[in-house]
Amino acid sequence: MPMAPKTKRNLVTAALVGPSALWLFVFLVLPFVAMVIFSFGERAPEGGYLPAFTFAQYANLPARAAAFWNTLMLAPVGALLCLLVAYPAAYYLAVKADPRYRLMLVSLVVVPFWTSLLVRTYAWMYILGSRGIPNLLSMIGIEDVRMLNTPGAVLLGIVYGYLPLMIMPIYVSLEKLDRRLLEASADLGAKPVSTFFSVTLPLSLPGVMTGVALVTILLLGEYLIPQLLGGGKVFFIGNALVDLFLQSRNWPFGSAIAVTLVLVVVLVLMVAMRIAWRVSGSRQVDLV
Amino acid sequence: MRALMTAVYVFLYAPIALVVLFSFNAGRSASEFTGFSTQWYGKALGNTFLVTALQNSLIIAFTSAVLAAVFGTMAALGIQRLGPRMRAVFDGLMAAAIVVPGVVIGIATLVALVAVFGAINPAIASLWPGERPPQFGLGYGSIIAAHGLFTMALVTMIVKARIASLGRDIVEASADLYATPWTTFHQIVLPQILPSVLAGFLLAFTFSFDDFIVAFFVAGSKTTLPIYVFASIRRGVTPEINAIATMVLVASLILILAARVLMREKKTKSTGE
Repeated sequence: MPMAPKTKRNLVTAALVGPSALWLFVFLVLPFVAMVIFSFGERAPEGGYLPAFTFAQYANLPARAAAFWNTLMLAPVGALLCLLVAYPAAYYLAVKADPRYRLMLVSLVVVPFWTSLLVRTYAWMYILGSRGIPNLLSMIGIEDVRMLNTPGAVLLGIVYGYLPLMIMPIYVSLEKLDRRLLEASADLGAKPVSTFFSVTLPLSLPGVMTGVALVTILLLGEYLIPQLLGGGKVFFIGNALVDLFLQSRNWPFGSAIAVTLVLVVVLVLMVAMRIAWRVSGSRQVDLV
Repeated sequence: MRALMTAVYVFLYAPIALVVLFSFNAGRSASEFTGFSTQWYGKALGNTFLVTALQNSLIIAFTSAVLAAVFGTMAALGIQRLGPRMRAVFDGLMAAAIVVPGVVIGIATLVALVAVFGAINPAIASLWPGERPPQFGLGYGSIIAAHGLFTMALVTMIVKARIASLGRDIVEASADLYATPWTTFHQIVLPQILPSVLAGFLLAFTFSFDDFIVAFFVAGSKTTLPIYVFASIRRGVTPEINAIATMVLVASLILILAARVLMREKKTKSTGE
């Protein structure tokens, strides 16, 4: 007996969505539930997890206040520094660059983002390390300059690592901008500077918001940059998590921190979307 | 303005160029170039730990990227057939897979798998008739699963965007001409979305190949290339690391350029240029 068309249609849909739904459930939803359960447990004497229901891990969060403080300070500052470099670059690519070379110039910005962050951060370890710039400075008589393992080094690494990700959304919003608006503004006697501040900048705000939100969210979970350029002196939540899971093996406490980190990410995302709706006047926000 | 842009490019590429330059240094010095040599590449490729790590990374990146490309494309095709409520849940989970920090994905996967293995392994051992019962543990499978989560969402996003730009009219035209749904898919839809599927595959491969933090948590006793590089860096900067880093850079450079060419081809085709 032939199947009813509707049943067949549903079967095809289920077959198409099934594998990814299963994957999302088994490797995203279940692990997250497990992590939340662990966060209410106790640390076993030899490390790991002991079943319990206690809020002790969450009460203990202030013990890692420094990691939260560093992350919540340096991530937004890093994102804003990134923006300061990215905006003029995006503006150049979208407005000033020769259209014939635009695609190539944009590619040159995107490509580094997809190459290993580990290798790119390592390059700065090399440059800022004692045999890099400090070595060159000592040749001209400036001795004992420390660059590596400072907040400045971490911020530099952040700007370097995430610049492409900040440039792209701003570039896209500037490229979509209707040139006739700029001409109209000029025709009405506005100086280029006032056209920029009253037309270009407001219209590119959605891209700016997307970039800042994306970079901030990724930075909240950053591990490599503070680890390699902060050398254990400037550490983020990610560094505390690696320590708790792989060295001191305090899994329940680590889980509580990870759950808190996710909540912070969600909070940042909600604030960013709220602002983005306000500036763009629509509910369409492309975060990726 | 131009000078500023030049400065941005120098900023982006000079550090990488420096690593590449010193990978060809004849001496051990990290600050003085004493002559051209490829000896560090020879040393790196003669290092069995490194070659094993590279093999592991290639196996993991290839497998997770294939799974991500297939399941992600299927999801992108199926998602539009779901009801609004299911669709919202699905979209939300996909977005979560992208937005949740890698460090959290790694931890959650570790915690869940260790809990599951802790329950399963004794049970199997008690039921196993033979001498040596199989033991489940962290390794290839857990890394592939954790990488596939992010990359599947990535492929879904890319292919979904491509499908959205296709428009319903060609599908309807095909149906009007009495093509079966399968024929329509095979002859009309698939050729159109294939470049974006391939681009998604390449990006997924690149992500998995370069990922450190997720694998760091769920690798168990396996070593991937980024884990090996990270461990070597902690022991100190050597020209051998520069050589490895250069090879990693070249590999991801080729992959990302190929992905961009595929994505661009799709754009020019769709606008009819």
